[in-house]
Amino acid sequence: MSASLLEVNDLEMHFPLGRGLFGGVRRFVYAVDGLSFRVERGETLSIVGESGCGKSTVGRAVLRLLKPTAGQVVLGGVRIDDMSSGALRPMRRRIQVVFQDPFSSLNPRIRVRDALAEPMNNFGLAKSRAERDRKLNALMDKVGLPREALGRWPHEFSGGQRQRIGIARALAAEPDIIVCDEAVSALDVSVKAQIVNLLGDLQQELGLALLFISHDLAIVEHMTHRVAVMYLGKIVEIGTKRQIFARPRHPYTETLLSAVPVPDPDAPRRRIILKGDVPSPINPPRGCRFHTRCPYAFDRCRTEEPRLREVERGHEAACHLNDRPAEDNPLLSGARA
Amino acid sequence: MPLLEVDRLQTHFRTPDGVNRAVDGVSFSVDRGETLAVVGESGCGKSVTAMSIMRLIAEPPGKSAGEIRFEGRDLLKLPEREMRKIRGAAISMIFQEPMTSLNPVLKIGRQIGESMRLHQGLDRGQAEAKAVEMLTLVGIPEPKRRSGEYPHQLSGGMRQRVMIAMALACSPKLLIADEPTTALDVTIQAQILDLMRDLKVRVGAAILIITHDLGVVAEVADRVVVMYAGRKVEEAPVRQLFAKPRHPYTRGLLAAVPRLGSSLGGRPGRLAEIPGIVPSLKTKIEGCVFASRCPEVEEVCLRFAPALEAKAAGHLAACHHAVRGREEAA
Repeated sequence: MSASLLEVNDLEMHFPLGRGLFGGVRRFVYAVDGLSFRVERGETLSIVGESGCGKSTVGRAVLRLLKPTAGQVVLGGVRIDDMSSGALRPMRRRIQVVFQDPFSSLNPRIRVRDALAEPMNNFGLAKSRAERDRKLNALMDKVGLPREALGRWPHEFSGGQRQRIGIARALAAEPDIIVCDEAVSALDVSVKAQIVNLLGDLQQELGLALLFISHDLAIVEHMTHRVAVMYLGKIVEIGTKRQIFARPRHPYTETLLSAVPVPDPDAPRRRIILKGDVPSPINPPRGCRFHTRCPYAFDRCRTEEPRLREVERGHEAACHLNDRPAEDNPLLSGARA
Repeated sequence: MPLLEVDRLQTHFRTPDGVNRAVDGVSFSVDRGETLAVVGESGCGKSVTAMSIMRLIAEPPGKSAGEIRFEGRDLLKLPEREMRKIRGAAISMIFQEPMTSLNPVLKIGRQIGESMRLHQGLDRGQAEAKAVEMLTLVGIPEPKRRSGEYPHQLSGGMRQRVMIAMALACSPKLLIADEPTTALDVTIQAQILDLMRDLKVRVGAAILIITHDLGVVAEVADRVVVMYAGRKVEEAPVRQLFAKPRHPYTRGLLAAVPRLGSSLGGRPGRLAEIPGIVPSLKTKIEGCVFASRCPEVEEVCLRFAPALEAKAAGHLAACHHAVRGREEAA
């Protein structure tokens, strides 16, 4: 078996909390609590989930902006989770990031040209000034901005254009994979479509892999190959787009899908409304972490934590319901499409 | 008589580099008990319209002209003292970001009770008892305990419920909701939309909802106004708007939104885009505001602004081509 481009094994990311006035037992935020996935070359894996589920923390750990508490991050066959920052430097070229807010992720005092040239200089990607200029022009063409924009400042651009600059900057390092952390969430509908299409085109053209972190399920369905659904620091379900969206095998996935407003007043609505809020990742519930809000929870869910296990080829879910015979599994009776 | 009539509203802002025509001649009305959605992208003037109705635009640099008639009275002409009697009583508002619109140093029971003490002359005890009632109404568990807590102790969804409780405390006739679910997660958004639908039936208030999300529009609205670059470009009953959009901008917006379950094929697909960006509102736009991005643009669009015309019962659009479409159909 050939190695995946990116492999994450049993990743844990725990953040210590202050001890408080009287000391006492040190407590932790269990932001990411043991998760594994792979991303192949040229593939998009999306991580979906609600605020606080740990999806952005996964992105940051994979980028080594955070040092994981435990577990492995393997990029192109090389473990990067325990690398020193010096050894890490050349690896950073291969994995780049596009952030959510195009207004705060560009330095307002650096011209576009210099912002894009920086990664090229850092990683020695251009041997001469002429080569660098050629590459800069090519980048602008790739992301659909006029070449004269190279001489302008970030504030001169609209949100969508800034996000194009953000993408160009990520591409300047010639990476194998780009982590897109809510990269289109802050954009208006019409501009969002432009950027989503741009990412798709670039993937095709350059064979890029994308780790697409998002809460927008409709956009994810549109642009992804595979999906991982996170809840309270764990992956509860992972599979191909069709498996997750058409035949979800975890009640949380089912609920998320049913909660998305449909832009059609005549569409049939079978909404599952969850009670309450997401529990705190400081003190996650025992047993299945979703049992406090799950419409199907039964005794076993309150005591025993379900493991991710394969429910069909390439499709894993962590739910006790899948141990039941099909006629007794509500997830199968309500199957969509 | 409609409950609210916005008539040729113009809200302009003076800025160092010219006048920003944020809202430029927008008219619509809201009937008693109905839900009207105003939809559009950033900078289209939808929030400024809402702020203008509440008279929350700072003057200067802002300036509203035209008429905003609420139960026949022009709000733009009312003295501030009279306006204060309407805000939070007959018309109330909920905002997008519940954390920044609640006072962090006041207990939420006190904040909910404030408008009732002010408008209905309740004393402190009565107001706090009523606040607990309102918290029950919006579905907050343990309302009595929660009313003694501060905003930071609540989750985002609960804070938005508190905002709604505050807005409904004095039984308003009109509730203006500016992106009420935009900052919330989908499962919480579903709870809040459900709550708003339920409360509308129970309380009977008309709702003016401002949103950029066509999914939300389809969920809650009876009628829709589509705004672009400070102008109304289309207005229609919700079913008609989604089934038969007449303005190329509305069609573009609808096409640009992916629908769940529509692209389950193996490969990622492409979305329909609207090329280009919204024009600057600081230069006077001759002709149609959408001309610079319109796929159907012609000579006439660049020279003359299209008038809003009825294309069907209750269905208005401002487009030269939508007119021709009607002639072709005839």
